[in-house]
Amino acid sequence: MNRLARFGFYLLCGLIAAFLVLPLLVIVPLSFNPEPYFSFTPAMLQLDPAGWSLRWYREIAESAQWRLALRNSLSIAAVVTPLATLLGTMAALGLRRLPTRPRKMVAVIIASPLVVPVILFATGVYFFLAPLGLTQSFTGIILAHTALAAPYVVVTVGSTLTTFDERLLRAASILGSPPLSAFFKVTLPLIAPGIASGALFAFVTSFDEAVIALFLAGYDQRTIPLQMWSGVRDQLSPAVLAAATLMVLLVTIIMLAAMLIARSARSAGARR
Amino acid sequence: MNAASPSRAGWALVLPLVAFIAIAFLAPIATMLLRSVHDPEITDLMPRTRQALARWDGIGVPQMAAEAVTADLQEASATNQIGRLAQRLNREQNGLRRLIDVTARELEQNPDTQLARIDPGWSDPDLWRILARVTSPWTGRHLLNALDVTVTADGALVRQEEVRRLYVDLFLRTAWVAALVTLICALLGYPYAYAMAASGPSLRTLLLFLVLLPFWTSLLVRATAWIVLLQRRGVINEGLLAMGLISETGRLDLIYNMTGTIIVMVHVLLPFFVLPLYSVMAGLPTSYVRASASLGAHPLRTFARVYLPLTYPGVAAGGLLVFILSLGYYVTPALVGGRTGQLISNQIAFHMQRSLNWGLAAALGTLLLLAVLLLALTLPRLAERGGLRA
Repeated sequence: MNRLARFGFYLLCGLIAAFLVLPLLVIVPLSFNPEPYFSFTPAMLQLDPAGWSLRWYREIAESAQWRLALRNSLSIAAVVTPLATLLGTMAALGLRRLPTRPRKMVAVIIASPLVVPVILFATGVYFFLAPLGLTQSFTGIILAHTALAAPYVVVTVGSTLTTFDERLLRAASILGSPPLSAFFKVTLPLIAPGIASGALFAFVTSFDEAVIALFLAGYDQRTIPLQMWSGVRDQLSPAVLAAATLMVLLVTIIMLAAMLIARSARSAGARR
Repeated sequence: MNAASPSRAGWALVLPLVAFIAIAFLAPIATMLLRSVHDPEITDLMPRTRQALARWDGIGVPQMAAEAVTADLQEASATNQIGRLAQRLNREQNGLRRLIDVTARELEQNPDTQLARIDPGWSDPDLWRILARVTSPWTGRHLLNALDVTVTADGALVRQEEVRRLYVDLFLRTAWVAALVTLICALLGYPYAYAMAASGPSLRTLLLFLVLLPFWTSLLVRATAWIVLLQRRGVINEGLLAMGLISETGRLDLIYNMTGTIIVMVHVLLPFFVLPLYSVMAGLPTSYVRASASLGAHPLRTFARVYLPLTYPGVAAGGLLVFILSLGYYVTPALVGGRTGQLISNQIAFHMQRSLNWGLAAALGTLLLLAVLLLALTLPRLAERGGLRA
């Protein structure tokens, strides 16, 4: 490539990168707007400290609704994450031991919640749970979120397992270790990074999920995404921007954590 | 985990999740499929009529059934279900609400009046044929309605009248939007994935971070961000106004319409195109491209004849993923689509939550599921046959 073409190419990629992240960054300064508007005030543009305010952060911190929503989201994720991680990790370990044909079939069943549009899952869950009286309950949301999150755990743990050397287990067995203790002393430490990032995935899946919650949550089960939903749809308030900024911050922290986990896994692999 | 029976241990580990997904996911989906052809609501409200008409030969006016209808309507009045029944029947046949209301009111006054005396409508054999059909719990009418087809009194299938034809157009529009979104994602995602694959480790990490940040960010947050940018009093319009590029009356309608739906869907789905494509590109040996260049091919020719074909599997995987995901997208159109930017999923939600026409919601869902499964099963195979597998 000559230099002009190369410059044009990287300019294009820069624009695409801007398209990807700038919208997320625009909400950050706007969340400090002292006025109930969604655009920059002149005082903000002049970087006048008086033109910036924590008003909307105070509003969500003091709002009973937002606090209830946060508590609900965290409670749901607190059950979904360990449940999905346990089921998903077991399945990922088991899949490798199945003969090819049943393995492919089982993999299709496990992946099906990822392919089917969530709206259909939500519709079906509503039909399914209505006769049992489980709509407007945490139980329904937790079951559905676990079904959505567990396949991600299978995928992440499964990809860690592809680098796992089965001979290590044989070595442990020759050295007299019973299978269960070999699992805890050999397998588990080596696939721990995969399990950790699977658990992060499960947490984010549940914490971000809106459609199932929209169908199954009553007023008492409102989650953060539902709270944002009504903030965007019904009563557009800049408090939503403050919440959105906090969520971008949370995601950034989780991503950095995931990258650190991946790096430690790589260096652990290098030590091996 | 005995080494002698690896597959038995495998099953023991896999089964808990498979059982869980069967109960928590597959059973609900099966319930939805069932609901699209099984709708016992009217049957439950008119059990006697159902019994009487199940044995009817379809000729003339069945006297026995008239008594059954009288008894069912009286019971529905007594249990305050008459409004629901009238509304439900009216959905099957326009005008039945009035007939049921009038008849039920008269029966409350004079319980022994003959139906035909209350309203001449009851002497119409067509009405009885309709009743025979709608009191059966098994029905194809929801699926037919989802295809804009309706059933006449004598059982013939006809297209809905012009103003009530909605869903075929909506399915086509959804497919068209999905194709457009996939195309835009391909045009933006290909150079981006290439830049990731071709650059050094630190720039690559940065580019990866920039694509993963929106990928992991909540859909709600992303919709909020785009509303802030695109709305009539949003950042872009205010900016263009301040620069004097548009006038106060010339503010652009960038959101709450199909434009908004497409922009935000591309933003949401672009990472799903970039990531699989990048993983294919990162695994390609550079030797082919170098060989082509050293044999004297122009860079463009090398790209078109060597590099591009090698990356087809990534393009196919990313494109299929984006297309299938866009077919079922709900959150984004619901939040930024306004009235004109809605897709099939939004119509399903509408019938679930607002119009409470659950049978139709289930039927639309069944058709959408069929479309998605068909694509997910056939397209990868077609691609394989076309040599798109590395």
